[in-house]
Amino acid sequence: MIYSEQHRELMRSVTKFCEAEINPHVDEWEKAGIFPAHELFKKMGDQGFLGIHKPEKFGGLGLDYSYEIAFCEALGASRSGSVTMAIGVQTDMATPALARHGSDALREEFLTPSITGEFVACLGVSEVGAGSDVASIKTRARKDGGDYVIDGGKMWTTNGIQADWMCLLANTGDGPVHRNKTLICVPMKTKGVEIARKLDKLGMRASDTAQIFFDGVRVPQRYRVGEEGMGFIYQMQQFQEERLWAAAGGLVKMERAIADTIDYTRNRIAFGQSILDNQVVHYKLAELQTKVELLRSLVYRAVEEYINGADITKLASMAKLTVGRLQREVADSCLQYYGGMGFMNETEITRFFRDGRLTSIGGGADEIMLAIICKLMGTLPGKPPAGSNH
Amino acid sequence: MKILVPVKRVVDYNVKVRVKTDGTGVETAGVKMSMNPFDEIAVEEAVRLKEKGIATEIVAVSLGVAQCAETIRTALAMGADRGILVETDAELQPLAVAKLLAAIAKTEQPGLIILGKQAIDDDMSATGQMLAALLGWPQGTFASKVAIEGETITVTREVDGGLETVALALPAVVTTDLRLNEPRYASLPNIMKARKKPIVTMSPAELGVDPAPRLTVVSVAEPPKRKAGAKVASVAELVAKLRNEAKVI
Ligand SMILES: Cc1cc2nc3c(=O)[nH]c(=O)nc-3n(C[C@H](O)[C@H](O)[C@H](O)COP(=O)(O)OP(=O)(O)OC[C@H]3O[C@@H](n4cnc5c(N)ncnc54)[C@H](O)[C@@H]3O)c2cc1C
Ligand SMILES: Cc1cc2nc3c(=O)[nH]c(=O)nc-3n(C[C@H](O)[C@H](O)[C@H](O)COP(=O)(O)OP(=O)(O)OC[C@H]3O[C@@H](n4cnc5c(N)ncnc54)[C@H](O)[C@@H]3O)c2cc1C
Repeated sequence: MIYSEQHRELMRSVTKFCEAEINPHVDEWEKAGIFPAHELFKKMGDQGFLGIHKPEKFGGLGLDYSYEIAFCEALGASRSGSVTMAIGVQTDMATPALARHGSDALREEFLTPSITGEFVACLGVSEVGAGSDVASIKTRARKDGGDYVIDGGKMWTTNGIQADWMCLLANTGDGPVHRNKTLICVPMKTKGVEIARKLDKLGMRASDTAQIFFDGVRVPQRYRVGEEGMGFIYQMQQFQEERLWAAAGGLVKMERAIADTIDYTRNRIAFGQSILDNQVVHYKLAELQTKVELLRSLVYRAVEEYINGADITKLASMAKLTVGRLQREVADSCLQYYGGMGFMNETEITRFFRDGRLTSIGGGADEIMLAIICKLMGTLPGKPPAGSNH
Repeated sequence: MKILVPVKRVVDYNVKVRVKTDGTGVETAGVKMSMNPFDEIAVEEAVRLKEKGIATEIVAVSLGVAQCAETIRTALAMGADRGILVETDAELQPLAVAKLLAAIAKTEQPGLIILGKQAIDDDMSATGQMLAALLGWPQGTFASKVAIEGETITVTREVDGGLETVALALPAVVTTDLRLNEPRYASLPNIMKARKKPIVTMSPAELGVDPAPRLTVVSVAEPPKRKAGAKVASVAELVAKLRNEAKVI
């Protein structure tokens, strides 16, 4: 068991935070298509939630990754997949590479305010023509004097409308696709950054997802994260945390869907008995709960190995694949047992059904996870897709 | 001034409780437990009094099984300074709890004891009152507002008719109502700091109290299940049913 008393205390506090600061506003934020990230992140920063695994020197708590995962698991109490995702981008997708490889000055400028919650961060990897196939991105940063000048565009950028800065992956050379990329911190107010549109989505409707263009965007070269040409490698490391985060984040949400369904079906009578009393219903729910516990064990094991310094690419990919598939199964099964009410937007399960669908696509699609696992099992035929999202 | 805050470990308020199959009580095995919400309000009020410079030290006390230490840690993470765990596996009823707390109060000499008006598990609403009686201290129960000035505490109480304000000479016992404050969620730095705050463990025997129950629970049962509704054809039929079947008009 990776959780101590302090982990459980943290989880209690996070659960309460969700119930007080997020859940009462979810319907309003879903309708608005955005949520007040600065206001909410500031509150989270005050609680120390945004810098759990970040260096103390920059305002973090310097705790091991198990605390980050406990935080993430407890965030499942948020009834908004959108908000949970936005927080995940801030803590585990846009900032790990900066925290690990950034210069002190760069970390002071971008990491510290992201830990206090003053800054909202976004991650610019995917492009219109390159999602799974990260290596084929087209955005380019060329050197000009002491600056980089960036041209190109990013697609599906979470927090893109509100973010203060982007962790951008861009080509900085013409060499091999895995060695020609660099991560750069780009302030979103910089001249030439155009937030082209807010995308209209099936789910995650309270999350602002943007398409963004760069037209001669000039930033100093000292905004580079770590070494030039290492961006792809850093991003692949950063993906491991993103994937563990995705897996841990689904656990409590699935359990709530199951518990809510038990509650609903127990109280609904058809054919002279509660819906729940049909064996097909209570057996199915028991099976789903079992699978959630299996996933939880896999996540905990991966986290333990990660903390001990092992390469967890395989386990993290398995966990990410499993959470994507299992969320779909849980959401679809639970929705089914709600009958007609499962199709009504007033029933919360519909939001989980829509939000949860993303997990099998974002942060590396199920098929990409399978390709990685196959590669590590030595069964992927031929050449693996060059520089795929792994 | 020192404040003593008793905190009880109860089934989490989000858990839908289920009666044990043998009807002897509520199922607690494998069930999520948390601090009684009214006690959380008590801790919050104590912490606010400390932040205002009125209180100098907050001691959180929990009584029961070893895991009650976790409940104390929650209080420490919220801002209490140290903890006392009276450890026992025995069932504790309000009178025993009040006696144990009175014994602790005699050694600790707090200026104020603030605790929940009731615990959400058995809803006894008796401990605070019994404690005040045992100590011979004044009590302000169901507080929705407290203010301390010098040696006096003014407590606004929620009573049926509205609000009643009483002034008590310290030391006193205050029990909290829902509207007194909104408890904070512990920040992560404070959770980590709480790890280093001391908790002393003692037994009821060391406090010279026999905690044996004086009441016997005869049986515990679930409330009757809601029955399916019925449709009526007319207002006249509705009125007739309300009068003759439900007998409410
Ligand atoms: C709501 C939302 C938020 C997002 N947020 C961000 C963000 O903040 N930052 C960011 O950079 N990106 C973000 N993304 C982008 C996301 O990471 C990509 O959508 C994802 O990686 C898939 O890429 P794609 O859309 O280009 O799909 P494609 O690469 O076009 O793939 C389409 C489908 O083809 C299949 N497929 C692809 N490759 C293979 C293969 N090798 N073998 C078998 N099947 C394959 C898979 O089923 C895949 O789903 C977000 C996306 C969404 C929808
Ligand atoms: C968009 C929409 C349009 C509709 N249009 C119409 C319409 O025009 N006219 C009309 O009359 N109705 C309409 N309906 C109602 C629809 O026919 C019912 O919702 C459907 O028959 C299911 O009934 P229910 O919602 O009461 O589900 P319930 O009877 O409560 O059942 C809930 C779930 O329990 C499970 N279940 C139920 N019984 C059993 C069993 N014996 N064994 C195992 N599992 C069981 C199933 O998974 C089921 O989905 C509509 C519904 C929707 C959502």
